[in-house]
Amino acid sequence: MSAGVELDHVTVRFGEFTAVDNATLDIKGGEFFSFLGPSGCGKTTILRTVSGFLDPSEGMVKIGGQNMTGIGPNKRPTALIFQNLALFPLMTVAENITYGLRVRGVDKTARTKKANELLDLIALPGQGDKLMSELSGGQKQRVAIARALAVQPKVLLLDEPLSALDLKLRQHMRSELRSIQRMVGITFIYITHDQGEALTMSDRIAVMSDGVIQQVADGKAVYDDPATSFVASFVGENNPFVGIITRADSSYAVVDTLFGTLRGRNPKGLKVGDKAILFVRPESAKLGTGAADTTFSSKVKSVAFEGNMTHVFLEGVGKKDVTITVGRHSSADIPAQDEIASVTYDVDLGLVLPEGKMARE
Amino acid sequence: MLLGIIFIALVAFWTLFLVALPYLYMVVESFHPNLPPIRRGGPDDFVTLTQYKSFFVTPNSGTVNWTHMGAFGFSIIASIAVTALNFAICYPLAYYMAQAGTPQKVRTLMLCLIVPYWVNEILRAFSLRLLLASKGLINQILMGTGITDVPIDFLGNNTGLYVGLSYAYLLVMMFPLYNAIESLDRNQIEAARDLGAPWWRIHKDVVIPYAKPGIASGCTMVFMLSAGSLAAPQFLGGPRTLWFTAIVYDFFFQNFNWPRGAAYAFILLTGCIILVMAMLRLFKVSLGETIK
Ligand SMILES: Nc1ncnc2c1ncn2[C@@H]1O[C@H](COP(=O)(O)OP(=O)(O)OP(=O)(O)O)[C@@H](O)[C@H]1O
Ligand SMILES: [Mg+2]
Repeated sequence: MSAGVELDHVTVRFGEFTAVDNATLDIKGGEFFSFLGPSGCGKTTILRTVSGFLDPSEGMVKIGGQNMTGIGPNKRPTALIFQNLALFPLMTVAENITYGLRVRGVDKTARTKKANELLDLIALPGQGDKLMSELSGGQKQRVAIARALAVQPKVLLLDEPLSALDLKLRQHMRSELRSIQRMVGITFIYITHDQGEALTMSDRIAVMSDGVIQQVADGKAVYDDPATSFVASFVGENNPFVGIITRADSSYAVVDTLFGTLRGRNPKGLKVGDKAILFVRPESAKLGTGAADTTFSSKVKSVAFEGNMTHVFLEGVGKKDVTITVGRHSSADIPAQDEIASVTYDVDLGLVLPEGKMARE
Repeated sequence: MLLGIIFIALVAFWTLFLVALPYLYMVVESFHPNLPPIRRGGPDDFVTLTQYKSFFVTPNSGTVNWTHMGAFGFSIIASIAVTALNFAICYPLAYYMAQAGTPQKVRTLMLCLIVPYWVNEILRAFSLRLLLASKGLINQILMGTGITDVPIDFLGNNTGLYVGLSYAYLLVMMFPLYNAIESLDRNQIEAARDLGAPWWRIHKDVVIPYAKPGIASGCTMVFMLSAGSLAAPQFLGGPRTLWFTAIVYDFFFQNFNWPRGAAYAFILLTGCIILVMAMLRLFKVSLGETIK
């Protein structure tokens, strides 16, 4: 059984400092929902507020439509998987998994049965008697999941549970988590600062920066239609061109940049004179010449061949390069260093957004 | 390198000459009759268990030595009580300081705990006596507020003894507990809570098992120190209260019967060690863990 989670104008302050600023969200039951954002943006704070370890300074949390104000973490239908797992080192694997049942007074036979079921689910059959210290990182990870699932929560909260694993294992655990979620069918709220994780696993993603939710959308929309300059620069690579809008209609806008006037989509309906940033992703740009308002040129600083693709770094504004990624089977000739290269892009792949905060490099 | 050798040599010297040899001398002493120095090594000097036997049977009358055995039993039981009391006081405090309190409050609390120990033991014991005496502050308050009509004899009923001993060794319990609990990852406490555990189960299942070596260490030290303490029982015990160390003291310094004093001291030591070992085994803690 799953339950939705609603954040209704939730603000969390630590003294003067606002860690979460007026977050309003509606996470559906059974959804795999991720919070994505850089370190310190308030992700853990949101999760702790949902699980009941923190009370919102303003607003409220609802789970399954029920107001959770005043209900402690041990009484909420949520289970939290901690950033460092927090497994009990002095208990065996099975004791860890069934701890939540033990405190609920479930008898020994029922607990053993449940432990065996869950050990099968996490692909550690018959390993219930092992000590925690005898398990590998990935196995501990799975025990933490089983321990949380044992209490049959309606919502599972995961705080960067894969961050301690190496790359290979992380990628493997991604698909495993996703399939466990499909199997148990409950709501997963997943926290990560790794966009690859968020994009591959989630039904929807909330991108956060400095306590503010910037955008809530599915992965494709977050990538193709970022709502703010922060999202555009944080998710995936992007080349920003800062300038002032000189012409605009409801579909397109032209920005006067240091690389000339460049055109792109105008989903925010910006007006002439607005400060704006045009974003062109490296893989959307190609070498060559097109229409005047979608073509610019710059000196080649360096070229990096990476097998399936080649990155061309052009001189940009200040220290920031303009990057173009050329696919293996592109017919274009890769320019040499110090040559002036001409670059063009499809006007629908240029995106004009209001000037705003950018993600730190 | 050279410094290391010097340190090892110093510690070896210290252990050998200041600890091992005197103890050894005492052990030997306890197996001899009490003789004036001239007759030592003479025909009357032989190895004997008399001194140990005198603990059970009074030498001259041949009756069972209830007085000394009683004092022994009382000292042990009272020390267990003091240990339990100290644990009951220190555990919540240590938990608060290690896991729950804000750094600033913890610092204040720590200071309040430590500063009174700058005052020497005798002054502390006597001020406690003043507080608990029949005309002392506490009795005056109790009578003033009409809770009792006659003063309560806190010293005679050994309340003073328990309070004094507990207070004397409070920090000895406090620090091992604090150290043990402090290193517990707070997420484990929260994980237990998140899984539905009420507060007392969190302590029973997560905090206490984790802090067990520290608890064992604190309890062992408080028990040993309390059973072997001399000043607090003398100043704060009731008139009829006989602490075992007082008997030992008297043999050494009143009766000048060193062999019997030494034998009694070893009886106390052995009794305490056996008890501590039994407890460690019961709670499945190894001796090595307690000194970590
Ligand atoms: N108990 C607290 N008291 C004061 N400030 C806090 C507290 N907890 C978190 N903060 C602050 O709130 C902000 C958000 O913290 P949070 O732990 O939610 O970040 P996060 O997004 O989870 O980061 P990370 O990816 O590094 O885990 C941080 O600036 C942090 O310093
Ligand atoms: Mg975090």
